[in-house]
Amino acid sequence: MMGMKRRAFLIGGAAVVGGGIFAIKWADSSAASAAKDLISGKGESAFSAWLKIAEDDSVTLYSPHADIGQGSNTGLAQMLAEELDADWSKVNVVQAPAEGGFANVGLGRGFLGDMTGSPGMVDAMPESLLSFIARAMPLQITGGSSALRFTGQKTMQVVGAATRLALVETAAKRLGVPVTELMTADSKVLHTKSGKALRYGELAAEAAERNLSDEPKLKDRKDYKLIGKPVPRLDIPAKVNGSIKYGMDVALPDMRVATIMAAPIRGGKLVSVDPAPAMAVKGVEKVIKLDSAVAVVAKGYWPAIQGLRALSPKFSDGGNGAISTASIFAAHDALRKAGKPNSKAGDGDVDAGMKAAGAKIVEAGFRVPFLHHAMMEPFALTAHYKDGKLDIWGGMQDPLATKMAAAKFAGLSASDVTFHPMVSGGSFGRRLPMYVEIVEQVTTLAMQLPYPVKLIWSREEEVQQGAYRPQSSAQLKAAIGADGKIAAYQNDYAQPVDIEGEATFIYDLPAVSRRLYKHVSNQTTGSWRSVNSTQHGFYNECFMDELAAAAGTDPVEFRRKHLKAESRHLAVLDEVARRSGWGTALPEGIGRGIAVVEAFKTIVAQVVEASVGEDGTPKIHRVFAVVDCGTTVNPVNAENQIQGGIIMGLSTAMGESITLENGAVLQSNFSDYPILKMAAAPASIDVHFIESGAEMGGLGEPGVPPAAPALANALFAVTGKRTRQLPISKTFLRDVPQADARS
Amino acid sequence: MAIAAAINGKPMVFTADPETPLLWAIREDLGLTGTKFGCGIAACGACSVHVDGVITRSCSITVGDVAGKEITTIEGLASEGKPSALQAAWIEHQVPQCGYCQSGQIMAATALLTSNPRPSDADIDAVMTNICRCGTYTRIRAAIHSVAGSA
Repeated sequence: MMGMKRRAFLIGGAAVVGGGIFAIKWADSSAASAAKDLISGKGESAFSAWLKIAEDDSVTLYSPHADIGQGSNTGLAQMLAEELDADWSKVNVVQAPAEGGFANVGLGRGFLGDMTGSPGMVDAMPESLLSFIARAMPLQITGGSSALRFTGQKTMQVVGAATRLALVETAAKRLGVPVTELMTADSKVLHTKSGKALRYGELAAEAAERNLSDEPKLKDRKDYKLIGKPVPRLDIPAKVNGSIKYGMDVALPDMRVATIMAAPIRGGKLVSVDPAPAMAVKGVEKVIKLDSAVAVVAKGYWPAIQGLRALSPKFSDGGNGAISTASIFAAHDALRKAGKPNSKAGDGDVDAGMKAAGAKIVEAGFRVPFLHHAMMEPFALTAHYKDGKLDIWGGMQDPLATKMAAAKFAGLSASDVTFHPMVSGGSFGRRLPMYVEIVEQVTTLAMQLPYPVKLIWSREEEVQQGAYRPQSSAQLKAAIGADGKIAAYQNDYAQPVDIEGEATFIYDLPAVSRRLYKHVSNQTTGSWRSVNSTQHGFYNECFMDELAAAAGTDPVEFRRKHLKAESRHLAVLDEVARRSGWGTALPEGIGRGIAVVEAFKTIVAQVVEASVGEDGTPKIHRVFAVVDCGTTVNPVNAENQIQGGIIMGLSTAMGESITLENGAVLQSNFSDYPILKMAAAPASIDVHFIESGAEMGGLGEPGVPPAAPALANALFAVTGKRTRQLPISKTFLRDVPQADARS
Repeated sequence: MAIAAAINGKPMVFTADPETPLLWAIREDLGLTGTKFGCGIAACGACSVHVDGVITRSCSITVGDVAGKEITTIEGLASEGKPSALQAAWIEHQVPQCGYCQSGQIMAATALLTSNPRPSDADIDAVMTNICRCGTYTRIRAAIHSVAGSA
């Protein structure tokens, strides 16, 4: 769940877009064959680094994507098995080893296409170059809602189809019949004339010797048997009986457990620590000082955390001791006041639009806090250094980059480091190696210990040392012309990075301006599910509601007026209005709010029905969502992703906030960083997909952004008060004049 | 000082210090890793087990507290290799996403249905206080109702 901007920067930074790129050769052509060797056992044939067919017909897909809960590995397997005509009951998925031969060409192709806006140019690149790019990145990323739309379409379907072709050609040769007389189904090649059938398992070894076609013909959508079907996720049985192993569950002979405390003020260093109080705890074996943290190594987690808590380490503040939530917002406002934006984007003459005769000017300021990912499994990485080799186990969104990072920290060559990917207990953007300290921490510990060590972060450490969604603010201003339509729209926002190429502005307006006032605090900020679309979805969709009110127009009708006719956005908006009964009466005290956001090429509109309790607490009754992601591969899992995204978005609006005082995070656990629970979650979430057949969009992230603004807009409908700051304040909503209620 | 208890129907002796939270003894000493560490302060419920049939957050009671008691973990719900009715419902309704909280969710739901075989939505809300960051609550509710036959 990584921003396009950062990816674009990474790829651009490798200087592959521009002149001379075709001269780059795949220097290490042995990587893919080494990858094949790695996964092939006796009686098994590997067709590429992605796929293995055994003599017993079983098909194993080596997925380059981490299972972080999004279910994409089942979707990838569906896409591969569809084109392969494989017997679904014999298909299984394992995560690919963190080796160069498994670098994700499809992902590179997808992101390059996204970045350049010209897929044709990318398609013209030789596969070897794309693989080079993927391995140079190194791309084994799970993020950007990319698995099915990029890896699935650009790799899995192609590999499945090419492999099927190789099997058919092998069968044709063996049976002495033309390829045109053969068909495939359920992992068999069939010759209907003679009634003969050959199993894939008996063809695999010979077929694997063939060169795979680069451009096999893919199936027509109407012939799909698996894509679009709600096949059960392959990982679920092991997730209901406790048998699946997460990074937290790694157990090795002689392993010790460590836990750690980093400088509470980010940027600070460890000044001193007396290890004696920790060493006095039974089971504690070592106290290890790191540059900006102190770790305790023990027989188990309990003595380790007791030992850590017994310490009184002194940390410096890195010069950041005066930073607070208030000081960051004050700095944002000062930057806007100074009026020197770091970047500008948009179209049309905004100044002229704002000054047009008769224009009604509307302005509003919005603020959102840092957000913690709150993945349920706190970080846990295990590392073992022995005989010059380093092994690491854990759940990360980019195994290959994790391995490279560990090699760097250990001072080893990548070939001496093995990363063993484990299942992740959630991630939401948290487990991208460029934003985390734990890879360096566990590597540093392992390099000085004679036994394996599992480094577990406490929940407190995880809350206080996050790679947060940035604290951000925006001043929005618009002019509504005499025709009741927006003449000019301006978003002056302050945060660490710009949103161009990532947070899509969906409305068709004569003049739009987006200006970044760049502000970086001492906190680490990273990709948080849906990245910049969360806060900018909130800004734009709340402000559109304010503009609708200023224009005296219904919020749905107002949005309709500013979306292109016949557009997918309009279809999504109309459908959610229809399904939610927009405009019809609701029980007294309940209001509706709407929001539409496009993220990762998927358009999502939501209607939230909410009321306000006597103590000011919002109550969310029902949510309606309409989604156009082009095509759904697995409708049940797709619905699950959208429902979960909505609950996450509502949770942030209802109570999530990381705040700073004296440079340090104030929150420490779920006690003061509340996550929405069952009782507060909407009882009903209706999700409908429009199968438009448009370019496939992502699904892991786009459910999140519309939820908070739709809730805020519903609360306005009930109370007449505008929520412009998240999380929603109970005291703000209390004592609301009910006479202002609108429906 | 060894503490004797029964885990999933089998007698077991804890060698851990009696002050050790039950969670860590289950995970690290017995190797039953289906019970999860989430917060350490009984706020999330990922570590939920049954102690003499009562739903209990194992991070916040000690090994000493469970002397002589019957403990059931997620690994103990299946009988003869067959998932329990609730586990089967969890599969049928495709509940888990990342799955990390689901052991605790299933333990909480199992305890609920034992004491209240046909819970209302309000009953479910009152008892199912475990956190799921993936947001699977809608499906958890449906799975519970399907087993209770009160959907």
